[in-house]
Amino acid sequence: MPAFLLKRLMQSVMLLVIVSIVGFVVLNLIPGGPMAQYALDPGMTQEDMNRLAEQLGLNRPLWVQYLDWIWRLVQGDWGTSFRDGSPVLDVIGRHVFATLLLMGSSTVIAVAVGTWIGIRGATHRYSTFDYLATVGAMIALSIPTFWFGLIGIYVFSLKLGWLPAGNMYTIGDGSVLNYLHHLIMPSTVLALVHIAIWSRFMRAATLDAISQEFVKTARAKGVGERRVILKHVVGNALLPMITLAGVQLPSLLTGALVTETVFTWPGMGRLFLDSLGYSDYPVVMGLLIFSAILTIAGNLIADIVVALVDPRIRLA
Amino acid sequence: MTTFSAVHTPSRWWQSRVMRRFMEHRLALLGLSMITLLTLACIVGPSLLPYDSLSIDLRARFAPPLSGGHYLGTDPLGRDVAARLLMAGRISLLVGFTAMLLSIVVGTVVGVIAGYQGGWINAVLMRTVDGFLSYPSIFLLLALAAALKPSPVMITVIIAVTSWMEVARIVEAEVRSLKEREFVLAGRMLGLGRAHIMFREILPNAMGPIIVAATLTVARAILLEAYVSFLGFGIQPPLPSWGNMLNGAQQYLGSAPWLAIIPGAAITIAVTSFNFIGDGLRDALDVRHDTI
Repeated sequence: MPAFLLKRLMQSVMLLVIVSIVGFVVLNLIPGGPMAQYALDPGMTQEDMNRLAEQLGLNRPLWVQYLDWIWRLVQGDWGTSFRDGSPVLDVIGRHVFATLLLMGSSTVIAVAVGTWIGIRGATHRYSTFDYLATVGAMIALSIPTFWFGLIGIYVFSLKLGWLPAGNMYTIGDGSVLNYLHHLIMPSTVLALVHIAIWSRFMRAATLDAISQEFVKTARAKGVGERRVILKHVVGNALLPMITLAGVQLPSLLTGALVTETVFTWPGMGRLFLDSLGYSDYPVVMGLLIFSAILTIAGNLIADIVVALVDPRIRLA
Repeated sequence: MTTFSAVHTPSRWWQSRVMRRFMEHRLALLGLSMITLLTLACIVGPSLLPYDSLSIDLRARFAPPLSGGHYLGTDPLGRDVAARLLMAGRISLLVGFTAMLLSIVVGTVVGVIAGYQGGWINAVLMRTVDGFLSYPSIFLLLALAAALKPSPVMITVIIAVTSWMEVARIVEAEVRSLKEREFVLAGRMLGLGRAHIMFREILPNAMGPIIVAATLTVARAILLEAYVSFLGFGIQPPLPSWGNMLNGAQQYLGSAPWLAIIPGAAITIAVTSFNFIGDGLRDALDVRHDTI
């Protein structure tokens, strides 16, 4: 186990380095680079620009700038927001909870519904249910998340008046129930695509597990069909799903950004869009790197969990 | 299509096994006919409609569908939604298709080289792929779009930049398994150059997965364009795209819901069609990779 852990940890660190290089290149691809926002100021002379570039260390070779940037990143100095001058990490920190709450609740929905659809599709293969689930998943994957959100608001907020059309809570009412009431629609909207993905993979994994020898053995021993499926098949089918949960993180974050915009949810996605609007590049860069770190950490955790649950992997 | 016949050598390509299996896939046929109809409507439609997509008529603002000759109603500036929808379709489909071509070319070249060369070249290329995949695509897309003054061409390039990695992974895996086959050894013994073996011998045999990936990438590119344009960083008005037609729709959701419903339905229909076609091709070409 320690050897496996160490190897996997090294891979993640490597990936972080690559990700930071990609991010750095993107930042410098922008015409004007990190100086872009100063160039817009009509009062700036070329002399001012040169002086500023020297102060910010932008006249050094790119690789020195990169090393300097990454060193400060590691130390927790992610720069300060152009907008209000507070440290980037603090700004991000204020928005993380809302996004994690949204992503977490929609993952719970996606896993519950997707697992059920996947297992039922596999045990009732080629049935009407299975066929509808397959076609339904393909359609669900094709619906733009924001459009689904708009339709939801139109039906459930404007026409029926059952659910709030946006925000995380009603001002002056911080009760858990109020939060939950506001959470229902955004997390369902965000979950749709992931229900589709989850059910497809769960169906494949269940079919894979059903055809294994130990299932035959269990049936031969006279174990009831319900017990075979719930205990022997599902347990094994869920294993690759842990990895899938990690792999799906970037697409979950993408969905979260769009969902947050539609439902005025005060999370990282909204922060990202607002910062783009203000050309607040330190925050934009910080969020880019932060989202990648979140993804890499998520994948690492998923792999460790799989290794803990399944001894075959850590011995291999 | 000529590549299929080179691989399977049937007498006529439309009589091939692949073609027959595709024609038996009902959803794929449905997708193909929907996309054909949609494309034709976008090409021919605007010249058949009585209204221009850009002409503003402030007396006819917010006309509901089927009123005053506006089949799908009008927008906040009194522009005809039907005309805009079809013009937007031209842009969205063109951006989606071109972005697909770009990402397929980049992904294929990277994948073939990485898969065939192996060693440190493979390591560098594939870890770069991993690096790009660690970013949520919309974050990268928006950052680039905001920085690079969006034009339709730029948006297409940016979408390709965030979509080539899946293709590279699929091609790399396929080429890695193909390069162990006898025909590659035979090619080497004949003294064929490395580039010739990679792109003339191995690549045609990897076309199946690439064609499936291409179809699914069109779907993905149309969706991505819709996302960035909806968020206001993609195709810029007055040029219509399906995404930017939805950009202001939320504030009129109560009074003019058709402004939100219609363009979104167009996106869903187009993307679903490409996904259906991709599914049919995957069955017909017997591609194992289960990319959703």
